[in-house]
Amino acid sequence: METKTILQEKFASKDVMLDLKDLKKVYPTPKGDYVVLEDLNLQVKKEEFITIIGHSGCGKTTMLSMIAGLNEISGGKISVLGSSIKGPGPDRGVIFQAPSLMPWMTAMENVMLGVKKVFPHGSKKEKEDICKYYLSKVGLDGSFHKRASELSQGMQQRVGIARAFAIKPKVLLLDEPFGMLDSLTRGELQDVLIEIWNKEKITAIMITHDVDEAIFLSDRVVMMTSGPRAKIGDILPIEFERPRSRKAVLAHDDYYKYRKHMIDFLEH
Amino acid sequence: MKDSIIKVLRFIGLGFLEPLVRLASGEDSKKNTIEVLKKIIAPIASVLLFLGVWYTGSKSLYNTEANYKIEKTLKDQGQAEADKVKACIESGDSSCQPNTLPSPSQVWASFLVLLEDHKEISKDKAAFKEKTATLNEKRVAQGKDPITYTGRPSFVDQIKTSIKTVFAGFLLALLIATPIGIIIGLSDTLRTSFNWLIQILKPVSPVVWLLLVFMIVKTLTKDSTGDTSFVISFISVGLCSMWATLVNTAMGVSTVDQDYLNVAKVLKLGTFQKIFKVILPASLPLIFTGLRITLSVAWMVLIAIELLAQSPGLGSFVWEEFQNGAMDSNSKIIVAMFVIGFIGFLLDRIMLTIQKFISFDKNEGI
Repeated sequence: METKTILQEKFASKDVMLDLKDLKKVYPTPKGDYVVLEDLNLQVKKEEFITIIGHSGCGKTTMLSMIAGLNEISGGKISVLGSSIKGPGPDRGVIFQAPSLMPWMTAMENVMLGVKKVFPHGSKKEKEDICKYYLSKVGLDGSFHKRASELSQGMQQRVGIARAFAIKPKVLLLDEPFGMLDSLTRGELQDVLIEIWNKEKITAIMITHDVDEAIFLSDRVVMMTSGPRAKIGDILPIEFERPRSRKAVLAHDDYYKYRKHMIDFLEH
Repeated sequence: MKDSIIKVLRFIGLGFLEPLVRLASGEDSKKNTIEVLKKIIAPIASVLLFLGVWYTGSKSLYNTEANYKIEKTLKDQGQAEADKVKACIESGDSSCQPNTLPSPSQVWASFLVLLEDHKEISKDKAAFKEKTATLNEKRVAQGKDPITYTGRPSFVDQIKTSIKTVFAGFLLALLIATPIGIIIGLSDTLRTSFNWLIQILKPVSPVVWLLLVFMIVKTLTKDSTGDTSFVISFISVGLCSMWATLVNTAMGVSTVDQDYLNVAKVLKLGTFQKIFKVILPASLPLIFTGLRITLSVAWMVLIAIELLAQSPGLGSFVWEEFQNGAMDSNSKIIVAMFVIGFIGFLLDRIMLTIQKFISFDKNEGI
C-alpha cells in the first residue's frame, strides 16, 4: 500500500474544531522582519488527535503558543468552533514541555487551581472529586497530597496531564510533553495519555520529535517545512483502528510505511 | 527517636551534629567516625587554631608594648625607674600593664566579669523595685509617673536593648520594603521610574540616614518630652537595611518563571489570585534572601547608629568602653565583638528556619 497524503482537505464546517487560516508570525529584528510562519492553513476536526512534526526551530512551538493565545498573531486567523480566539483561556488546555507545576503546591492543589476556575459554582467536594478522578486516571492515587517538588519528572508530567484534562478544554495543546523524559517513562506516559484521551476524546494537537510517538498517538501527522516562512509540508493520515495497542501498532504492516514516509520527508 | 532528633537538628540548622547522633546510636561506625571527624572535629580544630593565632599575636603585641614602655622609662627616667616598671609589669599588677590586644584568657575573664556585673545590677534593680513598690503605687494612684530605676544598665541589658532595636528596625523594613517591592516588581513602568531613587539611596551610609531621621524626628516630636533616641535609632536601622529586601523582592516578583505565568494565563486566573497563588510563592526564596540580608545589615549598622544616637545598647557599650580606657576595656570590647557576631549568626539561623517553614525552596542556605 502506498501511503496517501492530502494537503488541503476540506471538512464540513460543523465538524471543524480548530481552524488556522493564513496564519503568519513575524518577529521584527534590527535587520528587518523575520518571518517564522507564513500561509499556514490547517483544519482540525472534532475529536481528532493531531501531531505536528518538523525540524527544530521551524516554528512548531510558536504555532502552538499562538493557538494557546500566549503569543500574538501577526496575520491570519485562529478560530475555535467558528469564533476567533482572543488571548489565552481555559477552553484551550496546555501541557507544557516542562511540567510547569507550582512546586509549592501539592498535586491536588495544582489540579484544583484550574478546576476552581472552570467550575466556580461546584461544591468543594465536587471539585475535589474531579481532581481526584483525574489524578487517579493518570496513576497518582497515592500522591494527592505530595508537593509537586517531591515528585519525579514523570510524575510531575502526569499531574500536568491531569491538570489539563480536568478543566475539560475544547482543545488540548501539547508542546513536546514527553521530550524531557527517559524513553521508558515516555512510553508509560504515552499510554496514560492515550487511555485518558480515549475516554474524553478532546481534540488534541501535539508537537513531537518522535516519529514513533506520532504514529502511535495520532489520527493525522502534520509535517512542517523548515523555517523561515515555515508552512505545512505534508499531512499523513494514520489509519490504525482505535483503541490502539502499542504491540498491534508495531506489528502492523503499514507501520514501517508510515515511518518511512515521515523520515523521507524529514530528511529531505 | 534517632531520626526525629536528626530531623530537628537539620531543621534548626545544626545538621552537622547528625553523624554524632548516628555514631551514638551505634550505626555504621566507620563511615560515621569519618563524618564526625570531617564535620565536627575539623571545625573544632579550626577554632583552636584561631585561638592559637590570637594568643601568639596578643602575646607578641604585649611584649612589644612592654619593651617599648620599659625602654621609654629608661630613656626618660633612668635605670632604676625602668627596673621598677619591669618588675611591675612582670608582677601582673593591673596599674602598669601595657594597653594592647587582649589575649583570649583576658577576654574570657572579662566575659565572666560582665556576667557577674549583670547579676549584681539585677539584684540591685530587684531591691530597688521592692523598695519603691509601695511608693510607686501611691504615685500612680495620684496620677504621677512611677519612679524608675536609673542606674547603669548591665551588659545583658544592653544586649536586650540592641535586639529590641534591631527587631523594631527589621519590622519597619519588612513593612515598608516588601509591599513596595511587590508593587514595583509587578509594574515595569514603576520599576523604571523609581529605579534611580533606589539606586541613589541604597548606598547611603548609616550615619547619614541617622542624621536625616534625626532632623525629621526632632521636628515631629517637638512637643513630647520622652526619649526619642530609641525611635531615631530603630527608624535609622530600618531605613538602612530595607534596601536589600526592596531590591530582592522587586527582582523576585519581576522574574517569576515564565512557565508559571503561562499557566496562570491559560487558566485565566484573576489578578488577585495570580499574585497570591503564583507570583508571591514563586518569589518567596528571593524575598527571604533579601530579608536575611536586611536582618544582618540591620544588626551591622545598629552598632554604629547606637553609638551616634546615644541610645543605649551594644553600640554605646563599645563606645563607652573605648572612651573609658580602663584596664579591661579592651577585652570587654572584644567580648562585645563576639557577642555581636554570635547574635548576628543566630538571627540569620532563625531567618533560615522561618524560610524553611514557609518557602517551597528547601535548599540548604549558606
